[in-house]
Amino acid sequence: MPVNVSMNVNGRAISEEVEDRTLLVELLRETLRLTGTHVGCDTSQCGACVVHVDGRSVKACTMLATQAHGADVVTIEGLAEGGKLHPMQEAFRDNHGLQCGFCTPGMVMSALDLVARNPDPTGPEVREWLEGNLCRCTGYHNIVKSILAGASTMRGGS
Amino acid sequence: MAESGIGASVPRTEDQRFLTGSGDYTDDTTFPHQTHAAFVRSTHPHASFTLDTTAAASAPGVVTVLTGADLAADEIGTLICGWQVTGKDGEPHKAPPHPVLAVDTVRHVGDAIAIVVAESARAARDAAEQVEVSYAPLPAVVSMRDALADGAPQIHSDAPGNLCYDWEIGDRAATDDAFARAHHVARLDLVNNRLIPNAMEPRSAIGDFNPASGDYTLRLTSQNPHIHRLVLAAFIQIAPEHKLHVIAPDVGGGFGSKIFIYQEETAVLWAAGKIGRPVKWTADRSESFVADAHGRDHESHVELALDADGRFLGLKVSTLANMGAYLSTFASCVPSYLYGTLLQGQYTTEAIYCEVKAVFTNTTPVDALRGAGRPEATYVVERIVDQAAREMGIDAAELRRRNFIPADAFPYPTKVALEYDSGNYRLALDRALEIADYGDFAARREASSARGRLRGIGLSAYIEACGIAPSQVVGSLGAGVGLWESGGIRFNPTGNVLVYTGSHSHGQGHETTFAQLVSDYLGVPFESVEVVHGDTEKTPFGMGTYGSRSLAVGGSALVKAMDKIIAKGRKIAAFTLEASEEDIEFSGGDFAVAGTDRSMNIAEVAFSAYVPHNYPLDELEPGLEETGFYDPANFTFPAGTHVCEVEVDPETGTTEIVNWVAVDDFGNVVNPMIVEGQVHGGVAHGVGQALLEGCAYDADGQLLTGSFMDYTMPRADDLPDMTVETTCTPCPHNPLGVKGCGEAGAIAAPAAVMNAITDALGTNAIDMPATPQAVWRALSE
Repeated sequence: MPVNVSMNVNGRAISEEVEDRTLLVELLRETLRLTGTHVGCDTSQCGACVVHVDGRSVKACTMLATQAHGADVVTIEGLAEGGKLHPMQEAFRDNHGLQCGFCTPGMVMSALDLVARNPDPTGPEVREWLEGNLCRCTGYHNIVKSILAGASTMRGGS
Repeated sequence: MAESGIGASVPRTEDQRFLTGSGDYTDDTTFPHQTHAAFVRSTHPHASFTLDTTAAASAPGVVTVLTGADLAADEIGTLICGWQVTGKDGEPHKAPPHPVLAVDTVRHVGDAIAIVVAESARAARDAAEQVEVSYAPLPAVVSMRDALADGAPQIHSDAPGNLCYDWEIGDRAATDDAFARAHHVARLDLVNNRLIPNAMEPRSAIGDFNPASGDYTLRLTSQNPHIHRLVLAAFIQIAPEHKLHVIAPDVGGGFGSKIFIYQEETAVLWAAGKIGRPVKWTADRSESFVADAHGRDHESHVELALDADGRFLGLKVSTLANMGAYLSTFASCVPSYLYGTLLQGQYTTEAIYCEVKAVFTNTTPVDALRGAGRPEATYVVERIVDQAAREMGIDAAELRRRNFIPADAFPYPTKVALEYDSGNYRLALDRALEIADYGDFAARREASSARGRLRGIGLSAYIEACGIAPSQVVGSLGAGVGLWESGGIRFNPTGNVLVYTGSHSHGQGHETTFAQLVSDYLGVPFESVEVVHGDTEKTPFGMGTYGSRSLAVGGSALVKAMDKIIAKGRKIAAFTLEASEEDIEFSGGDFAVAGTDRSMNIAEVAFSAYVPHNYPLDELEPGLEETGFYDPANFTFPAGTHVCEVEVDPETGTTEIVNWVAVDDFGNVVNPMIVEGQVHGGVAHGVGQALLEGCAYDADGQLLTGSFMDYTMPRADDLPDMTVETTCTPCPHNPLGVKGCGEAGAIAAPAAVMNAITDALGTNAIDMPATPQAVWRALSE
């Protein structure tokens, strides 16, 4: 059954007719063509699809589009401003926190939620937080380094 | 130049798009009039079947339902194995037909039976549920020993006894003689657990057909688009090579699993031709688990003969290697030529003999996975060395030192066909031990013990054969392809450069590393270099990326092309500067007349080449573009030592890796940051194998570990921070002196972890993955 969903995505109001079983990630990728949010599994394990819904990190494969009706949604495409990378994105680049790039959007979005809750995390806290994000390339070493560096910049450190 | 040239940790060019969500992965593309495919897959490990597609074909949104019978009617070929291994008996391996869609028999859970094409992915999946498959189950065989037993169910009529091949390497008589002289013999039975590759991006393909031109296009997750084109054209015969355009855009990790020519990509391309519309398929993760080629899965018995001083006299290995239900694209060479040939390790072992039986079972096909044969070889060698050290009361590091091939012994002919080109094994070992503070381990063990914990330390002095290439060598061993690489350099009139490589980047950062190489070698700004890869209509024919070969083989091809560019530039400069060609010197991007202040920058030379208003055209062609093909003289041999230190909680069986040190010799390094990242990722893969990952089938052939809920991928809190360093003996036979780094960690890590755990537990009665339960059981027994 088609239903209407309206929400803010990356600061832009959208309103779309979708099939009721449409997942948030399908709305983003297929309807809105925001293909930066990825799908890496079908059991809510890998975290490649993490976006922010009303400021909290959410696995967009695990939420119906209609459940985000009226929400503020931010995806990886919504972070850089005017072509300038967000400090967390910058930190991933400077610290080689990504290789194939497939898990990266979810990692960055998840990291930002961590820093919002815990602006000065320790390495072990970062590792524990990333429980819901899988990466096959980096061994996480440089992802942890990136998140610590990104958090430091966001706190106003060097 | 220094901040972007060879040796600089340049941040990656490709990161901008990946970090902003603007990467171009296969599933990100949607074509006009695109349809979607879903596959009907076997739920039985072994069965004959009949099909009724009537209901599915008339389901809402369905365009067509195609089966193996339709493939046969179109005379589409079967999947192939591209490497023919010859057994002890002189006979070629058994490669039974591997249908693109099963015809009347399925041989593993997940075997594809039919493709349903519909207007949406949901409609295709819904309709696939409506294809009625009537199975008549056949007896299935899951374990290799059962498959080889008398009276076992036969999986293929043309592979009697389920035996693919029985192969050997080395000198049996010399090895028997070595054992007869032995002071001590160490023995071990080892299982190298089956792994599921799990690149984070699932496989995906979009086939398209243009009825006006007759051209096919396949956009897919591939590590080697030209090999996909070659096999789909020459063997499976969907379209001739010049009418088939294959594109591998951004690819989210491969680790080997995206080398192969599978059922699904083939069916999608063929279906697109049938319906004249684009057909897209993207695996969901559950499909990846049953349909991506698995890795490893060996059972080995190994014996090492030593003299009274601990010198290695002989090594004897007998291995069973699981091929799964069909022989995948390069499956045959993995447990033979990529395995048996590495059993020399880093040591002067005087005699070696290895025999391998490759076995069919009713499981998903097994093929190359990060390291491919070399992790299995290192596991055998490094576990038995530690075992011998313990049994003889010799320190594990000291035993290795006594047996290392000395640094002045290269080139070193091994007893198993290869010739090592360079190395300094002791240097890497000693440095690794220094960083790991090996000397003080006893005190740390005591401190752990006081807290009720068991501490262990494990070494892995690994070696690999990389830069998989020399065509003459691999051809003589049964490879169906040459394994050179191509590289092209095109100067544009404005002086910037397009670099074409036949290798393919799916996480390795070639767009950065190759740009550094070209920028440094030709003296052009890094920002003026663009690397093009992954498109059969843009790059010269190339062999792709696997076996840690891209820089050693593909980078060297670029050097050949650049040397041609410089040679032509010298002619242009000589003409323009009115000097003799012999007097032109090239350095830092400038062609200068020796001993004068007259010079031309390479950008000026390029402009002149495209604006040849007064060229002597009978001597000098316009344009500045060259292609090089490089076929190396030998493999490269990266090697090093990894040290793993663990602490085990005997109450829970939990293992914590408390320290990891890697010292690797990759020869010269172009981008140290990228190289370190490759080591981190490889180690994580190997730690995953040792501690967490284990593909499990039940006795009936159902996959028990079919999702991330059941198959334990390494997560951030399973892994330690790592200390990674390099030593350098440059590769003597390629122009860059590079060896390759992509697989080292996955090769080294499992033995390091298991040597540490067995050291901590004081028992060998444990196999990978050393899960808490397995550790607890080993301690309890």
